[in-house]
Amino acid sequence: MDGLGEFFAMGGYAGYVWPAFGIVLIVMALLWITSVRGWNNSERTLTSLRDHRRRREASEE
Amino acid sequence: MSMHYFANPARFTRLAGRIQPWAGGLAALLLLVGLYLALVEVPADYQQGDTVRIMFVHVPSAWMAMFCYMFLAGASAVGLIWKHPLADLAAKASAPIGAGFTFLALVTGSIWGKPMWGTWWVWDARLTSVLILFFLYLGYMALWQAIEDSQKAGKAAAVLALVGAVNVPIIKFSVDWWNTLHQPASVLRMDGPAIHSSMLWPLLIMALAFKAYFVALLLTRMRMELNLRRIRALRLAERTS
Amino acid sequence: MKSFRAIIARDLLLAVRQGGATFLALVFFLLTVTLFPLGIGPEPAVLARVAPGVLWVAALLAAMLSLDRLFQADFEDGSLEQLTLSGLPVGFIVLAKIITHWLTTGLPLLLAAPVLAVLLNMNDEGFAALLLTMLIGTPALSLIGAIGAALTLTVRRGGVLLSLLVLPLYIPVLIFGVSAIDAAVHGLNAKPHILLLAALTMAAIPLCPWAAAAAVKLSLE
Repeated sequence: MDGLGEFFAMGGYAGYVWPAFGIVLIVMALLWITSVRGWNNSERTLTSLRDHRRRREASEE
Repeated sequence: MSMHYFANPARFTRLAGRIQPWAGGLAALLLLVGLYLALVEVPADYQQGDTVRIMFVHVPSAWMAMFCYMFLAGASAVGLIWKHPLADLAAKASAPIGAGFTFLALVTGSIWGKPMWGTWWVWDARLTSVLILFFLYLGYMALWQAIEDSQKAGKAAAVLALVGAVNVPIIKFSVDWWNTLHQPASVLRMDGPAIHSSMLWPLLIMALAFKAYFVALLLTRMRMELNLRRIRALRLAERTS
Repeated sequence: MKSFRAIIARDLLLAVRQGGATFLALVFFLLTVTLFPLGIGPEPAVLARVAPGVLWVAALLAAMLSLDRLFQADFEDGSLEQLTLSGLPVGFIVLAKIITHWLTTGLPLLLAAPVLAVLLNMNDEGFAALLLTMLIGTPALSLIGAIGAALTLTVRRGGVLLSLLVLPLYIPVLIFGVSAIDAAVHGLNAKPHILLLAALTMAAIPLCPWAAAAAVKLSLE
């Protein structure tokens, strides 16, 4: 347990080391999530637009 | 619009779909290994103590900030000269990633600077150059946003990216010049002491993790941009028909 | 060459007739410089210390302020398109506009700078360097700024965007300009700084009109 406590203490620099790593991971995760979400949304819109078009073309014939 | 136009992007989408999971998986794996090495295995520095660990996220972020801008400028050049339909999208897709890493380089540099220098911010040559690079990214993205016609926006942004790329070394030089004129006597350099070989491996692994992450994210964003472009084309066709 | 001079003559005439831009740039320059003593206190030593930087930053902002009109009026009334159809290379048209911009803003700022330097209590040794760096540096401001003006031509209310694009590119001009004056004030050799500034302007003369012309062509498509 002592080893773990020491690990988290970071030689007294916990207040600098952990936030630095934390913000890196947070920003990377946020970029990842927003990008994947944006891509999913675009896929969905594209399929619905194409379906819409196909249905309309079918009804016109 | 002829099929010929979509032929290339369609092939790209297939290829991207195949590469993307591998790049993403590789990024996650390397990141785990790199974080373990940086936070656990690497010994604390005798001068800087455990703050030296911040280097393992700061330096790769700064490298990525530069790398993304070079990629952005390269893609812009390909787009302008050879009119490759995917180049503009690649440039546009890489900008937020580059801006993200530039931001991280600034924030981690600032956090690292606090215990080293005693203040959150020092007008050190390197931090200042990175800050200016951040402004270049913001300008690039703002220009894309501001011009409605995406074809025109792509070309204008490409011109800006190339102008910026020519200016980056000049800005870097001028900031170094300025810094040597105003150098306070005892400022610890950001690169710290000469890097020991036991630190080199974790650093390289983190850098590779960031690169793999960049590839995976770039492909995702490019596919998104490609979809958005198709959506615009379909909507336009809908309106005109 | 004749049509080149004709464009400059026409633009100068328009600028004189409308008259607003030069006056506004000068007033802006004066006003910004006036704000500094009010902001940081009237102590002569402090003002003398910051004078080169304040003068250059204010000049840079004043030059930037008038950039958005560089092509805008001609773009809106269609005369820019007419000019490009006249067979003259677009780069030359752009260069003519840049020269006019410098004559109507850079040159007046250069002439006003020594007066403002007196207000800021700048050391006498700095005046020659101030004039020389402004003479060499302000053309670079017009040249680089033209790229930003051309890129934001089709953007509605492009002024803020223009400053975001142009200001980072102005940084080397600012650094070399101010460091030359600082060197002169402290009795050091200002020559290397001035040579670097001159190199910058020399490189900008062929490159910037070319890049700006590419951007103007895009906007006209």
